[in-house]
Amino acid sequence: MSEKREQNTSKTNNNKVIKKLVVLVFAMFGFGFALVPLYDIFCDITGLNGKTNDVSATYENDGIDISRTVTVQFITRMAKAIPWEFEPVMNEMTVHPGEVKYVQFYAKNKSQQDIVGQAVPSVSPGIAAGYFQKIECFCFTQQPLKANEEVEMGLQFYVDIDLPSEITTLTLSYTLYDITTKVDS
Amino acid sequence: MTINTINESLDDAATDDHHDHKMTGIKRWLYTTNHKDIGTLYLWFAFIMLLTGGALAMVIRAELFQPGLQIVEPDFFNQLTTVHGLIMVFGAIMPAFTGFANWMLPMMIGAPDMALPRMNNWSFWILPFAFAILLSSFFMESGAPNFGWTFYAPLSTTYSNGSTAFFVFAVHIMGISSIMGAINIVVTIMNLRAPGMTYMKMPLFVWTFFITAYLLIAVMPVLGGVVTMLLTDTYFGTSFFDAAGGGDPVMFQHIFWFFGHPEVYIMILPAFGIVSTIIPAFARKKLFGYSSMVYATASIALLSFIVWAHHMFTTGMPLFGELFFMYCTMLIAVPTGVKVFNWVATMWRGSMTFETPMLFSIAFVILFTIGGFSGLMLALTPVDFQYHDTYFVVAHFHYVLVTGSLFSIYAGAYFWLPKWTGHMYSETLARWHFWCSLISVNLLFFPMHFLGLAGMPRRIPDYALQFADFNKWVSIGGFAFGLSQLMFLAVVIKCIKGGKKAPAKPWDGAEGLEWTVESPAPYHTFSTPPKVD
Repeated sequence: MSEKREQNTSKTNNNKVIKKLVVLVFAMFGFGFALVPLYDIFCDITGLNGKTNDVSATYENDGIDISRTVTVQFITRMAKAIPWEFEPVMNEMTVHPGEVKYVQFYAKNKSQQDIVGQAVPSVSPGIAAGYFQKIECFCFTQQPLKANEEVEMGLQFYVDIDLPSEITTLTLSYTLYDITTKVDS
Repeated sequence: MTINTINESLDDAATDDHHDHKMTGIKRWLYTTNHKDIGTLYLWFAFIMLLTGGALAMVIRAELFQPGLQIVEPDFFNQLTTVHGLIMVFGAIMPAFTGFANWMLPMMIGAPDMALPRMNNWSFWILPFAFAILLSSFFMESGAPNFGWTFYAPLSTTYSNGSTAFFVFAVHIMGISSIMGAINIVVTIMNLRAPGMTYMKMPLFVWTFFITAYLLIAVMPVLGGVVTMLLTDTYFGTSFFDAAGGGDPVMFQHIFWFFGHPEVYIMILPAFGIVSTIIPAFARKKLFGYSSMVYATASIALLSFIVWAHHMFTTGMPLFGELFFMYCTMLIAVPTGVKVFNWVATMWRGSMTFETPMLFSIAFVILFTIGGFSGLMLALTPVDFQYHDTYFVVAHFHYVLVTGSLFSIYAGAYFWLPKWTGHMYSETLARWHFWCSLISVNLLFFPMHFLGLAGMPRRIPDYALQFADFNKWVSIGGFAFGLSQLMFLAVVIKCIKGGKKAPAKPWDGAEGLEWTVESPAPYHTFSTPPKVD
């Protein structure tokens, strides 16, 4: 009898603990997904992964610092052997912080199929990513190219005047991905 | 019997709570809700998985016996290393510890059973399905997972061989099983302790499982989340880890290791508990520094959440990040050191005898410490750039997982076999098992340190000629270690079939409630709770 009663009270105790633990399980499952936006915010603040702005920046005329020059290098890379030619028209340019510049990239679809490409920019050193502002960039949208089509795509940018002084060279790298199947589905 | 009992009638039917009979044949095992039966199931399952994962390792070592490609293709080699890792982590070590928890926790805290017996049955019986799914992928055209047990994106998404879905569902089931097991452990420990057993009077074994269960509840859902993202990235067009769609593959590593680092403590904290039970028994002294052991275990568990990125030093982190994770990692050496000193201090001036459980425990203390030291070396960011992804890492984690976790499991198995079977095991055969394992395991893993320092990369089926001699010895050690484990099987079978009758307390220095019941432990123990003072 008394044993039974004990088991009954322990049953309600059990349910209380189980409820808390199950809530914890779901909370941690949610936390796993919450890490995704948190990671982005964290990287935004720290410039950790070299991601640049993915919507057009508005040019703030804070003047041009002609006492400094920064070398901006352009490199391109094809992910998973996409059959395109994709390269910058010039490999590097020298800019003053605050100065708006324009550069073109050449792309050609060498295959007999229509392919949708997506260029993903990244800036190195990562800390400089937040100071590299794109006003107009082909990377803001997808790049659909018909078979054998070729285009010149433009990038308008400026380097923020607050760029830390120890940084004298920036590398802007574009990785080109084939996203045809993703767009189709 | 009163009206109160009606509520319980369902339970009674399921658990046979107050009738000491059990079903016969396969049904006993399929329908069982008895913690001892389920513990036995977990332990056998873990041993079968150990042999399965071991067999894969034998093929790996056979391929690496000589430079060049002899036996398997590189892609199949990748499948072997991947599935070997998954099986050993999720199939051998973790279920073995859950088996110990099921068998011993209720007896150690004076409870009649686990708190949630039917869930207990379910959390075991879904495991074989998980591993059936995982292993079945070997027989498919595209093969088993080949992206490493860490399943880094994009290897497991863009470049997957088509096994990702099977892998993901298998991991989901394993995760659900572990979470249910962990919830059961927490509820049991919180609610079913015998009257008078306060938290700080619990055996350290119970403490380590309590803390481990919390770790499991905290990080297994994160693993479930990350494999779900993997699944949707691979098959449903999301871009969590796909740079083309705005995701970030490095983020995969952050989320994975946020689970992965606590996971390594999930596999070692219970080992600490087992060894902390055995060393005092054979040193015939109380465990030195009980409360410091409890706090050390808790601090290791807490610190494990803020060190994950030490697995990723080479992914390009800012200096601050590297320093932060380096110092936090080195901080873990402090509570771990406390533990090692406490074990040594327990043995100090004890009247030690060296039965097999003690032999395995002493080997654990020494060899786990070696694994800990190589871990400290890996924690140093600058040198990690050299060691990263070499055999040095392989040597490190096999020292902590094989001579650490696995040796503690053997120690615990020998320690409690008399309680489980009612017979003493053959000490001679057990010692053969120990000495053969000890020598071969060091031949197997110690040279790997030097191979790694000399630059041999891990997960590659071929290697440069200068590594040939060492690899030959490593492989010989591997085969010997693999064969030695069959001796354990022999000891266990012999012990189940017969042997000297074990008394209730076969080890005279042993302490704890589990030794107050007869051997073999009756099907139902502590139906009325003992009084602890």
